[in-house]
Amino acid sequence: MDFFFQLPLWIQGAVKGLAVIAVLFPLAAACSMAERKISAWIQGRPGPNRTVVPWLAGIPIIIPFLQRLGVFQLAADGGKFVFKEDVVPGHVNKLYFIAAPILAMIPALSTITIVPFGAYFDSAGQLVPLVLANVDIGLLAVLAISSLGVYSVILAGWASNSKYPFLGSIRASAQLISYELSMTLSVLPVFLWVNAPGGQGTLSLFAVVQAQSGTGFFNGLWLGIWMPVSAFIFLVALFAETNRQPFDMAESEADLVGGFHTEYGAFKWSLFFVAEYAHMIVGSGVFTLLFLGGWNPLPWIPLTRVVHGLSHWISFAGHPLFMGVLGVLIFLGKVGFFIFFFMWIRWTLPRFRYDQIMKLGWQKLLPLAIGNLVFYALLIALIQK
Amino acid sequence: MATDFAFPDTGAKSAAAVAAQEFQTEKMSLSMGPSHPSTHGVLRIQLELDGEIVTKADPVVGYLHRGDEKIAENMTYNQFVPYTDRLDYLAPLANNMAYAIAVERLAKLEVPARCQAIRVITAEMARISAHLLGLGAYGIDVGAWTVFLYAFTEREKLYKLFEELTGARFTTSYTRIGGVARDVPEGWTDRADAFCDQFLPILEQILNLLTRNKIFMDRTVDVGVISREDAIAYGLTGPNLRGSGVPLDLRKDKPYSGYEQYEFDVPVGAKGDCYDRYLVRGEEMRQSVRIIKQAIAKFPGGPWYATDAKKIFAPPKDKILTSMEELIQNFMLVTEGPQMPAGEVYFEAENPKGALGFYVVSKGGGVPWRLKIRAPSFCNLSILPKVCVGAMVSDVVSILGSLDFVMGECDR
Repeated sequence: MDFFFQLPLWIQGAVKGLAVIAVLFPLAAACSMAERKISAWIQGRPGPNRTVVPWLAGIPIIIPFLQRLGVFQLAADGGKFVFKEDVVPGHVNKLYFIAAPILAMIPALSTITIVPFGAYFDSAGQLVPLVLANVDIGLLAVLAISSLGVYSVILAGWASNSKYPFLGSIRASAQLISYELSMTLSVLPVFLWVNAPGGQGTLSLFAVVQAQSGTGFFNGLWLGIWMPVSAFIFLVALFAETNRQPFDMAESEADLVGGFHTEYGAFKWSLFFVAEYAHMIVGSGVFTLLFLGGWNPLPWIPLTRVVHGLSHWISFAGHPLFMGVLGVLIFLGKVGFFIFFFMWIRWTLPRFRYDQIMKLGWQKLLPLAIGNLVFYALLIALIQK
Repeated sequence: MATDFAFPDTGAKSAAAVAAQEFQTEKMSLSMGPSHPSTHGVLRIQLELDGEIVTKADPVVGYLHRGDEKIAENMTYNQFVPYTDRLDYLAPLANNMAYAIAVERLAKLEVPARCQAIRVITAEMARISAHLLGLGAYGIDVGAWTVFLYAFTEREKLYKLFEELTGARFTTSYTRIGGVARDVPEGWTDRADAFCDQFLPILEQILNLLTRNKIFMDRTVDVGVISREDAIAYGLTGPNLRGSGVPLDLRKDKPYSGYEQYEFDVPVGAKGDCYDRYLVRGEEMRQSVRIIKQAIAKFPGGPWYATDAKKIFAPPKDKILTSMEELIQNFMLVTEGPQMPAGEVYFEAENPKGALGFYVVSKGGGVPWRLKIRAPSFCNLSILPKVCVGAMVSDVVSILGSLDFVMGECDR
């Protein structure tokens, strides 16, 4: 670890960047596999279970298992996206048409660097978050960067120079902008709570998790229990921001064929696809950190305490690596549950109409978020007095 | 050219701009279909949009025109049966029956009770199968994919029964003039009964996904309202007409094939919106199950084809191979077709999509002189220009799904 920090900064940055791509792409791929399998289970069908690499087919147990899981189907699909002819239709604005999928990937890949996914005690006994960039503006950076994602949708729809993508991108951009408001307002109570008056203010996501990792009644309480309305608004806005059903106005394939990416194919389409899953992963991660105690296993039972307790029984439990890995696993488990939740909703509910989404966003969620903010501002002021 | 505004503040400026109609934007024309995920085949709707609001909707039909009516004039009555499969290809058994009864009325031929019961059972099964698909496709149109796959699991079971009965899953061609292609196999009615028993709870499950679903109700309640008067004026039939509150069901009003023996209710809607049409279809499936169960309970024995109609229905195969008279009879039937008297007849049957009518003109002999098909989907679609105006683009999809049409029948 020390060796890594002695490297020049640019090498550190490059390694971290590669790590993001190396982790996020397989995760997104795993999500798409999970999506297909979970939808299949929900709908009572087997899902992808045939594809297999011919010269691996003879290996017993493990290969049939992976085959039934659809792993090879996933690889084949990925390969298809890369090797398929990447058509650029004649009627598009080439520059923006090509820029749009790239712009979709940038916020998706950048925001994940700010999301902490675990913590460990270093040799000095200091709790250190596992995060690529522990910036103090934390959540603000996540919200700011992820809201740039709307440009890719607008550009894709505009550059396609075609009517369905145009309608889709207008719907999606209006929706994305509308729900950002409620989303931001819903997390303000969290930071009001975390930043006690007089102390040093922070928007760091690590600090939010720290505020949920105590053992006392209030500082061990997960904020999802303490602020259920905030959590609810954030979750609904998250569905809208990630363009997932029932808010998938960007696609709404029933009326707009494919929405903003109707004219896209091959690798450029797959970039949109990966970006959607990446947004889902980051969104679920942020929700877990804000409202579900991050890497802490249960409310009032923080990770540090579990590790401390385990170290009486298991000799290597005191090692920083153990705590780090355990925290990451717990965190990923919670994120995984939310990704499942996203898919569960998608394959159960119908889709809203565009005006209903706007009505819900502006007339229901936004007043609720403001009321929630005022309520908690007063309540927190009372408690902390 | 710069415009000078006399008003200093921006609010007044924009008010002036609105007054000067500066913000009136162009309308956009959008061609929805013929290849579009929600136009259920090859319907094309030429939409004129003001933003997301539809200001004009013009259905363009005919992409699937095959000239079925002209084809009918060039073949014998029995040869046309496979073509009726391809009208409403989601309920071929019901089409087969409607066609057969029309031609039988021309010949003034009564088929035995067993044949009638078989036809009723198959037609009601076809209705369930067609409504299931309509429901599933409607689900997809409003974004609920799972409904579609649940419905298809049930259709698969029906297809198994069809396959056992007719030899084909999809294009069944089951009826002949004066009877059906073959008698029901041993134990088939029990299996059909068992299907009905297990189907009802599953149907409730499927409908549960949508019926009280807030999003689904938002998408369908008060959307695409067709008033009682409009429904009658535009010649709507079937669930679309009943959804608008008109209790017209040909099975009740002009019973054919022994429908008068069965007890069933005719569900009607209250408002005539997309939601009512959905509810009507759901209830009709339950009623169809009721009819099938009654028909199976008193399933008559006896012959399954009109044994006395020597010039219309072919004799049994073993007789053909052993007896001279039957051999000649079969030969004449195959070469010249079932012999019909001169005359004309119009018959309408209550099909899943509405009243499917056959108008047959005969000058005698084995070939119709003219055969006109009244396709319910075609008439039902005629209301689109009226009902789509003022709706949003997503509503058009809901409306199309709720009208539940089949282009094979509409374009024929």
